[in-house]
Amino acid sequence: MQIKPILSALRRHKAGTFLIAMQIALTLAIVCNALFIIHQRVAHLSEPTGIDEANIFIVKNEWVGAPDSARVDAMMRADLQTLRQVPGVQDATPSNSYPLRGSGWDDGVKLKPDQLQDSSGSTIYFADEHFIDTLGLKLIAGRNFRADEIGHMDMRYKLAPPVVIITRALADKLFPGGQAVGKTIYLIGGPATVVGVVDLLQAQSVERWASDFAYRSVIIPERLTLSLGSFYIVRARPGQLDAAMRAAGKALFAQNPRRVIADDDGLLSFSEVRSRAYESDRGMAILMGVISIVLLAVTAAGIVGLTSFWVGQRRRQIGVRRALGATRQDILHYFMTENLLISCAGVLVGTVLAIAMNLWMVTRFEMHRLSLSYLVTGVVILLLLGQGAVLAPALRASRVPPVEATRSV
Amino acid sequence: MSGMFVHNLRLGAASLRRNVLLTALMIMSIGFGVAASMVTFAVFRAVSGDPIPQKSSTLFVPLIDNRGPQYNRHGEPPSALTYTDAMALMRAHKAVRQTMLFPVGLSVMPDDPHRMPFKAVGYATYSDFFGMFDVPFQYGGAWDNDQDESREAVIVISRALNQKLFGGENSVGRRITLDDRQFRIVGVTDMWDPKPRFFDIFDGNLYADPSQIYIPFTYAIGQRIDTYGNNNCGSDGKRGDSWDGWLHGECVWISPWVELQDAAQVQAYRQFLDGYAREQREAGRFNWAPNNRLRDVRQWLDYQHAVPPESRISLSLALGFLVICLVNTIGLLLAKFMRRAPEIGVRRALGASRADIYRQFLAEAAMVGVAGGVLGLVLTAVGMLGLGMVFEPQIARLAHLDVSLVLLTLLVAISATVFAAFYPTWRAAQVQPAWQLKSN
Repeated sequence: MQIKPILSALRRHKAGTFLIAMQIALTLAIVCNALFIIHQRVAHLSEPTGIDEANIFIVKNEWVGAPDSARVDAMMRADLQTLRQVPGVQDATPSNSYPLRGSGWDDGVKLKPDQLQDSSGSTIYFADEHFIDTLGLKLIAGRNFRADEIGHMDMRYKLAPPVVIITRALADKLFPGGQAVGKTIYLIGGPATVVGVVDLLQAQSVERWASDFAYRSVIIPERLTLSLGSFYIVRARPGQLDAAMRAAGKALFAQNPRRVIADDDGLLSFSEVRSRAYESDRGMAILMGVISIVLLAVTAAGIVGLTSFWVGQRRRQIGVRRALGATRQDILHYFMTENLLISCAGVLVGTVLAIAMNLWMVTRFEMHRLSLSYLVTGVVILLLLGQGAVLAPALRASRVPPVEATRSV
Repeated sequence: MSGMFVHNLRLGAASLRRNVLLTALMIMSIGFGVAASMVTFAVFRAVSGDPIPQKSSTLFVPLIDNRGPQYNRHGEPPSALTYTDAMALMRAHKAVRQTMLFPVGLSVMPDDPHRMPFKAVGYATYSDFFGMFDVPFQYGGAWDNDQDESREAVIVISRALNQKLFGGENSVGRRITLDDRQFRIVGVTDMWDPKPRFFDIFDGNLYADPSQIYIPFTYAIGQRIDTYGNNNCGSDGKRGDSWDGWLHGECVWISPWVELQDAAQVQAYRQFLDGYAREQREAGRFNWAPNNRLRDVRQWLDYQHAVPPESRISLSLALGFLVICLVNTIGLLLAKFMRRAPEIGVRRALGASRADIYRQFLAEAAMVGVAGGVLGLVLTAVGMLGLGMVFEPQIARLAHLDVSLVLLTLLVAISATVFAAFYPTWRAAQVQPAWQLKSN
């Protein structure tokens, strides 16, 4: 195929050529970035919590009448005993928070008492000896808490448990390449000995500000006795989640009615927790998907429209070429190549635009740098789209009979 | 002239009918572009609006750096105050009005034993709160400064809570029990729920459900009612290890607000804050130079990134989308108009001026714009229904399709199309009469 005649023909259609190239460029810029956002959001919402999500539900229990710490502890123990006897319930544990909740207690961990800056941030989970089994965590070193190690503390008191269990991510950060069990770490209230390491337990927040310590958690062997109330994490026997949830709420009220378990978020299955935590991520992914698809459709429509116009305008020239011996194939190839040339110019400009747009979003919205594979994917999609869109008008052009050469416009 | 205009419209309609595919493509292009922009704009408008326009330049958040350069984040003081500093600002009383606040969640105990207790969420604050934020009242009013001083168990409840507890009657003077404490109702607010809730960003309540109760700050502290919101302690270790130790320690959890009428008062307040920080330094509490901030409502919303990044990103991309749709429309209009070069040539040869050609083609474009606008409106309405899938429900429900948005949709569609038509129309007007006749 000769490129030169195509170029000289395009020179006579500067405006149309420019508009198509421009549209392809802008579409590439937006689609690349949209795909990139989709991928990031989907990757984010597929991060594991490390817990047995399918069988877990959360009870948000709020006390009535502002009871004191000792009273709260007694009531919590009674509640836990009740919960563990509910049919369908495998185990239950108290906590101040849970993964994906979005708020809770985050705190610094140090390796020496006189250290000025923290060695790492972490999420603090208060727990009893049932925590690991209830959440379905994997203990990879050391041991679980013993029942006699579990104490209770008031929110505003000193965080100084004698022993803690930490996650592997935190152990790797604090003791790279070494054994964490038996070592001492310093929480805000004093030293604590690491007695166990669990494999995976996500922090309470998946927001960007918490990403520095995403899987670094510290498990404290204490019931946090908040007079406002706190959470019970409950694991149902496989397949009995719904029944166990209903029964748990009833059993708690039967045991002690002086509490609030709100209608809207008092009892949440973990799948609800997950969908609430990632609402905006899922939303962004959907929005970007819709925008990309409609955008590609609009661009394809534009190419079909303008190429149809050119075919219509050049019927006579096509007829002449056919009369002079050009085959249908030649005509088809002519328009396909013409589109390819315009598209190539478009994607070249579009690549620059896509990178510029990404850099702007990096500074403006703390996004990550666009990776090359998205650009390549975007370029391939747009080149294919252009060829696909031009096919119908090009086929029509190839069917122009040679006799057209003898007709007036 | 108007006869000519109608004539142009007729010509336009005839031409649009002649090439249905191109016309449909243009209308869809405009419709989709405008709808995407309008839906995302509706959300952006809802989340970026000024929640208290009449006072946003006279209400300020004073912040004091109690952590110092070693522990603060990026040199900024924490976004709330310690109890110590909050009390100092209240005692100093250097602003026209001032208030402190923190969220409280108290259990309402219904008299009927068969009804479940429920949480009423609101704020512990000072009497100035209501005047500063222009809170409207349905019945009664705020408590007064003396009641702040004497730590009285008084309460202001919301219209919705009053409806729930008292069937909407005037309940001023009646008593309600919250967490075994009796409160006397002094006022019932009318509907009031500024969005975003600028005065409680620290607790992440920008888009929270409307607050239901307000009680005196002094009473709440006296009763050791703990915050229902955030408590930020930093890593300097000065937290205390009991209720009193915590209360007088360096954790921040109180949102401060002051009202200052003019630049002179703002300046004076800045000086007061710096003076206070210097005093604290002399007293040995701070060992750094004063590092305070005083931001008005808009600066505060900005600093706290009150507009969700999702909303900005989607609006930017939707505007990019609209630009592409316009480029597309320019191309299609160009194709459409230039296809009629012979017709233009004949009209020009028969005496039509360039201006006539302009008017004819711009009228045609305007019709495409109107059709695109109508389609855009339908798609915007559909998009608003689907907002819940894209944005969090508390944000999605803020966006509405109102009269101004309908007008804006049509205006954007028509003006964008007419704008897009300028170049194709100019090209059409350049067609030479003689050349076309010759070629035929």
